[in-house]
Amino acid sequence: MIQTTKMASGQQWVLVEMVQAFYEAPAYHLILEGILILWIIRLLFSKTYKLQERSDLTEKEKEELIEEWQPEPLVPAVSNDHPSLNYDVVTGPPSHKITVNGKECINFASFNFLGLLDNERVKQKALASLKKYGVGTCGPRGFYGTFDVHLELEERLAKFMKTEEAIIYSYGFATIASAIPAYSKRGDIVFVDEAACFSIQKGLQASRSFIKYFKHNDMEDLERLLKEQELEDQKNPRKARVTRRFIVVEGLYMNTSDICPLPELVKLKYKYKVRIFLEESMSFGVLGEHGRGVTEHFGVSIDDIDLISANMENAVASIGGFCCGRSFVIDHQRLSGQGYCFSASLPPMLASAAIEALNIMEEDPEIFTILREKCKHAHKALQDIPGLKVVGEAFAPALHLQLEHSTGSRESDVRTLRSIIDYCLDRQIALTQARYLDKEERFLPPPSIRVVVTVEQTEEEIEKATSCIREAALARLE
Amino acid sequence: MPSVLFTSVVWINSQKHWLYSRPFIESFEETPMLVAVLTYMGYGILTIFGYLRDFLRARKIEKCHIAREREEQKDFVPLYQDFENFYTRNLYMRIRDNWNRPICSVPADKVDLVERVSYDYNWTFSHTGRVVKDVINMGSYNYLGFSENKGSCADAVAEVTLKYGAGVGSTRQEMGNLDGHEELEKLVARFLGVESAMAFGMGFATNSMNIPALAGKGCLILSDELNHASLVLGARLSGSTIRVFKHNNMQSLEKLLRDAIVHGQPRTHRPWKKILILVEGIYSMEGSIIRLPEVIALKKKYKAYLYLDEAHSIGALGGRGRGVVDYFGLDPTDVDIMMGTFTKSFGAAGGYIGGKKELIDYLRSHSHSAVYATSMSPPVVEQIITSMKCIMGEDGTTIGKKRIQQLAENTVYFRRRLREMGFIIYGNNDSPVVPLMVYMPAKIGAFGREMLKRNIGVVVVGFPATPIIESRARFCVSAAHTKEMLDQALSAISEVGDLLQLKYSRHRILPTLDRPFDETTYEECED
Repeated sequence: MIQTTKMASGQQWVLVEMVQAFYEAPAYHLILEGILILWIIRLLFSKTYKLQERSDLTEKEKEELIEEWQPEPLVPAVSNDHPSLNYDVVTGPPSHKITVNGKECINFASFNFLGLLDNERVKQKALASLKKYGVGTCGPRGFYGTFDVHLELEERLAKFMKTEEAIIYSYGFATIASAIPAYSKRGDIVFVDEAACFSIQKGLQASRSFIKYFKHNDMEDLERLLKEQELEDQKNPRKARVTRRFIVVEGLYMNTSDICPLPELVKLKYKYKVRIFLEESMSFGVLGEHGRGVTEHFGVSIDDIDLISANMENAVASIGGFCCGRSFVIDHQRLSGQGYCFSASLPPMLASAAIEALNIMEEDPEIFTILREKCKHAHKALQDIPGLKVVGEAFAPALHLQLEHSTGSRESDVRTLRSIIDYCLDRQIALTQARYLDKEERFLPPPSIRVVVTVEQTEEEIEKATSCIREAALARLE
Repeated sequence: MPSVLFTSVVWINSQKHWLYSRPFIESFEETPMLVAVLTYMGYGILTIFGYLRDFLRARKIEKCHIAREREEQKDFVPLYQDFENFYTRNLYMRIRDNWNRPICSVPADKVDLVERVSYDYNWTFSHTGRVVKDVINMGSYNYLGFSENKGSCADAVAEVTLKYGAGVGSTRQEMGNLDGHEELEKLVARFLGVESAMAFGMGFATNSMNIPALAGKGCLILSDELNHASLVLGARLSGSTIRVFKHNNMQSLEKLLRDAIVHGQPRTHRPWKKILILVEGIYSMEGSIIRLPEVIALKKKYKAYLYLDEAHSIGALGGRGRGVVDYFGLDPTDVDIMMGTFTKSFGAAGGYIGGKKELIDYLRSHSHSAVYATSMSPPVVEQIITSMKCIMGEDGTTIGKKRIQQLAENTVYFRRRLREMGFIIYGNNDSPVVPLMVYMPAKIGAFGREMLKRNIGVVVVGFPATPIIESRARFCVSAAHTKEMLDQALSAISEVGDLLQLKYSRHRILPTLDRPFDETTYEECED
């Protein structure tokens, strides 16, 4: 009680002092403080305005702007004779004998390297799977979309490639395009070959990393870039310790049909501490003694490659794609691969077809040697065609035929090649042009005709095709 | 602000009600305050334990199951930062057995699961060799029940498989354009009521490869907050400016549209080349249906273009199964780009885009998929053709019509019963996607496991697919479910709900009778 009264009187005493100080203060002091207090009150109650809305437009002017604005049309008009608009229609199965636009031809255009598109065993397995599982999976892998067939296919692929684990995607394009952004994020550095295919480019774009292109198959150029990066790292070691580095190359390039120098790449990998991602869509089931791809071809240990990605739409004659490698690397994609987590899984009948294709590949490793022989034969036969040059390795199954002397305009080159193809179609040889998106490709390859050699083609058929192309070249290229 | 004192169910009836021909009822009940607090506490405790376990693993006191880098590459820059995988290692791993459950039968109304056990707390699984038979499937996207291995669809697909094989081996522009593809595209255009359509091999890729072809630098994309990853990726790859509006909120969208047109591009103030609005028909995590009449009114007023992703709503909504446009009774030509997938209601795989002929011609020549990606597999094409004809009634039966009706009835019944039981259910009353709120991390795992014990397969989702405290269990109602199956599932859900105390709703609905009120009702009530 006494304490409170003492405190109360203490407070009263302080109050008296305050009032006294107030009376004794000089006038300017009081006025200044008064102004400050009023200013603070004004600031507290005044409206804050964002920079964007800080416009001097009235409502009427805004309405006028909205009225006046005209957007571009949703899509620019496409003329009716645009070369990519009118597709060739295939009636019936796209196998060795193919009916294009009503004419029955021999197929030199589909990536049916091992001839499995028409294989009876594969079809029967797909049928059996259909009778058990139906067609669709009705869900992504995480939500009851994982079938025992998927798990079996992943195991078989891992065993075939002699890696720890494999992961399958339901769409070939999405495989490498989802794998790259899962590992390489903003701030990381990726060294890519200039001739990388479009799906790699999209994966790189989605990853938001720094992309450095090196000249096609030029290891010196790559080493130069790596040395430059090393110098950069020495300037900022802390940043360098967290910046991941990758090299992305293809086994057999789709755009140029030549092979990447894998042993030199592995040497560079250990010298500069960069990880290698290898895209093997064109070389899986083609190169190597058992069809394991470019690592088997060169005798490089598979553990030296961090990630191998391939699609199952070429040699394996199914749909989808897979990545294989060590569990440390592959398991990450099960939660971060966008095309894996957010998309429905591969229909089980297509997975069964892929398993059967793998069975056939394992039972009969001779077909890879036969395929390579046929490729060499075709490569030799296509030499010395006046006006056309063959681009690609001798053992590559998908070759490009480019014009030796371009007219200077891509459009007229495309038209010339189209006329050669039409000539061949009339004589029952089915060919196609290699298609690109002209404006989207970073390094647009020159227009070319794609010639695909498959294991089902006989020597006579290859001879017939090459002589037909020769005639066409003579007829249409003067 | 989560309220404690009064009921906080929000029944939203649209402000522009004259645009709607039917009542639009959706609800997103607010998280009860106590539940939110407990959920945060739960995550906090798990995080602390996570740090402790990481510490023990680093000191080798605890055995480490995590896969490790190669010895030869130990001095490379680490492929993953430790904190990136913190959530995966310590939280996801504990309840991992609720996802990726392998099945070994057709994913119809009932499914057979491969039994798997883990002897090391979910780090590795092994299959026991046994099969859990006839689990009621509330997780697969099988809205119209076309996921079947018998019947006319399956027979037609079998024929096509034997004739054409499984693969194609080439792209649409090269040698992969089969007659089946052309037939399919004409059928899809007829189904949707648009001029022309184009089909692609993967639904995800349809978005991520075609949005960049439609929008580019200098364009503006207005995307809903809760859009799917494929839409977000497509918008990012296009290079346009992206602005996000609040989920299904028309005022937010209108404000963004007005600001965009009035102020133009940032800094230069040049007018935008075009404005593209990205929305979905049904949002699969919320169960909400897009307010399409208002969006179309806004789009017409401000001259923007509308991209509608009907992945979940095609086949599942509407009196004739034509999706959200049919549900609201609108004109399909009002939507500039109608996109959808064949995975959910058609039992196949792939996606499509429908619209005016100029649009589809442009996509045929400029879409990434037509140039670089293999075309659709022939058996899958046949499945879509037969199921679509069935829905349209063109195969001469009324199966399609019956299924659409059955789905609508099942949806209304299922949602009503769950509400009556006292669960918090998100979304529109007519959407076959039913999210049931679970909130707490431990209950996510418990719910999944308890339901499996009672032979019901459910999908549970947590962070990062949903906001951190709003974990949920998501049911997908199917036309293949009979009333008995639904009742069985509902009684199991109620049991588990009581066991785990999941009946959070503060808005009690009195159970309605299954038949109209008549003079015998009172007799039954007397006890």
